[in-house]
Amino acid sequence: MPPSETAGSTPLLEVDDLRTYFHTRTGVAKAVDGVSFDLTAAETLGLVGESGCGKSVTALSIMRLVSDPPGKIEGGAIRINGRELLDLSDDEMCAVRGNDVAMIFQEPMTSLNPVITCGRQIAEAVELHQDVSRSEAHNRAVEMLRLVGIAAPEQRANEYPHQLSGGMRQRVMIAMGLSCNPQILIADEPTTALDVTVQAQIMELLQRLQEELGMAILLITHDLGVVAETTDRAAVMYAGGIVESAATEMLFANPRHPYTQGLIRSIPELDTDQTRLDIIPGTVPDLRRLPVGCRFQSRCPLVDEHCREAAPPLVETDEGHQTACWKANG
Amino acid sequence: MLIYLAQRLLALAFVLLAVSMIVFTLMHSVPGGPFDTQQAKLPKAARENIERKYGLDKPVWQQYLNYMSHAVRFDFGIPYQQPQTTVAALIGKTWLVTLQVGIMTIIVAFGLGITAGMFAAYHQNSWVDNIVTFFSMLGVTVPNFVIAMWFILFFGVTRQWLPTGGWGKSGDCLCYDLLCSDWILPVLAYALAPMAIIARYTRASIVDVIREDYVRTARAKGLGESKVMRRHVLRNAQIPMVTALGTEIPNLITGSIFIETIFRINGLGKFFVTSTLNRDYPMIMATFLLVALLWGITFMLTDIAYTLIDPRVKLGAKKEA
Ligand SMILES: Nc1ncnc2c1ncn2[C@@H]1O[C@H](COP(=O)(O)OP(=O)(O)OP(=O)(O)O)[C@@H](O)[C@H]1O
Ligand code: SF4
Ligand SMILES: [Mg+2]
Repeated sequence: MPPSETAGSTPLLEVDDLRTYFHTRTGVAKAVDGVSFDLTAAETLGLVGESGCGKSVTALSIMRLVSDPPGKIEGGAIRINGRELLDLSDDEMCAVRGNDVAMIFQEPMTSLNPVITCGRQIAEAVELHQDVSRSEAHNRAVEMLRLVGIAAPEQRANEYPHQLSGGMRQRVMIAMGLSCNPQILIADEPTTALDVTVQAQIMELLQRLQEELGMAILLITHDLGVVAETTDRAAVMYAGGIVESAATEMLFANPRHPYTQGLIRSIPELDTDQTRLDIIPGTVPDLRRLPVGCRFQSRCPLVDEHCREAAPPLVETDEGHQTACWKANG
Repeated sequence: MLIYLAQRLLALAFVLLAVSMIVFTLMHSVPGGPFDTQQAKLPKAARENIERKYGLDKPVWQQYLNYMSHAVRFDFGIPYQQPQTTVAALIGKTWLVTLQVGIMTIIVAFGLGITAGMFAAYHQNSWVDNIVTFFSMLGVTVPNFVIAMWFILFFGVTRQWLPTGGWGKSGDCLCYDLLCSDWILPVLAYALAPMAIIARYTRASIVDVIREDYVRTARAKGLGESKVMRRHVLRNAQIPMVTALGTEIPNLITGSIFIETIFRINGLGKFFVTSTLNRDYPMIMATFLLVALLWGITFMLTDIAYTLIDPRVKLGAKKEA
């Protein structure tokens, strides 16, 4: 979908200055530290960054599923259609999860309950959010399994997760996530744990389902290739904060943040499957001891005194293009 | 399923056979016999007479064959201590009492143990958890006869709230009257240790499962906390619990020597001690066979239960799909 179509519409999901910290014995890890982004209806937003930069914690915060203790959402706002999720009671939040916003996880092998049939696990969500009988819910589960491209769905519905391959389990997870027609699907590295050939199939499936069902997708990945192919917009995350966000084409054509530039330069010339993000020299800072100033300073080739004194805010550098770097402004 | 059951029963029969051989040999190799006790000095002729009557003059292997040929017809002989009755009848009578104690203990130990373990797991590292942990440590480390003594001293002697011993008024009534409060102290004293083990095991199993990814999936679906617990956590946590806690059952229904002696309960545990001291061979044999049988059945049932609640396990097959 071209970005111009979505640019003007009101955001479906607004994340505003979200801060989620982990209170551990060795200190407070600021896993998500002032993250803001919007997701408009039917668009795909890519959230990309190195391992440990806080992508999953951001997603889990939106679902309000961060394990507490040690994790805690310290501040900020998360709104779906203007409704503040952080103010909801536990029961109200349960009605949102799976219904308005669904999530599929990084680990398809362990994300399904081993003692409950696949069909039942999907039907459980349907029964919970929709006023249907048990058999209607089961039929819906079978229908969803067919939709996600599982052969012999009636039979598969009665099978247990261990009887299915990793790719099939991720399809079941997708079927479960979409069974209640959520407006938002959060896909947290849905293909990382899968074989390369299966990865492509799952990404195609997600794109096809988005065209058919029209939900918005927050796609978390560390694969810039996937971002380029499947997202409308992309946000680059580094050490708990978003450093740059723009329409995908614009981001790749004109990256402004030194980190994004490094990432894009590190994509191999030919379309080989492995895209390494750790090619930029240096290591990610300890989230418990973030430096004063810019969070990227320890690896930035352009760093100067000012960068070490004050953190650059995420500001508009071009239209629809935001960057958090002192050197990118103007 | 039927084939599997038949296989298991056949294996059980072999186990019983082996147990019978081992116990019979050991029993006869221990010095002393039933009729050369110091208490009742019998004249030599009378003793030889009586030993001939019970076949004790024959070689051990002949005695064994003789015993087994009767045992397979469910004739377990006559207890030397009470020749007017049969071993089967005596065990039936005493085991019934032990069974009553055991079943009550199982209900108390499992009921309270699982509840406490669940509470501790839900409120991990809170004060509830600490209290449960403290009492479990106490239950595991302090032997039940010490606890029994404390109970008797405090509730029976100092406060006189509860009777210090006895069982069901006459001591061997068939249907136990819950209104006679003499069950409370022995059952509590007996239940404490298994309860502690069960609580700790329950807690550990639940804590393991709570961390699983599929529990997060269940929450992501929008299930409330209580449904997540019931449908997803407990269902998986019970799998390791079945195997580990199943073995508490044969332990409890075969009686405790200490508890039955301290609380003056005429149960199997107490009779087993007198039988051993008196070299009451038929009673010893029958008791051992009963215990072995109960263990065998328990293992079989836990294996079956295991396959019923875990679809990844197939009956009798070792391989996993
Ligand atoms: N349960 C936890 N306890 C303590 N710290 C945690 C916990 N979960 C996450 N963190 C912290 O949050 C940081 C971000 O973790 P997160 O899972 O969001 O990374 P990610 O970007 O999803 O990485 P990956 O690509 O490996 O999935 C981690 O580096 C860690 O310091
Ligand atoms: S603000 Fe300074 S340190 Fe940070 S990315 Fe820009 S140039 Fe580098
Ligand atoms: Mg992650």
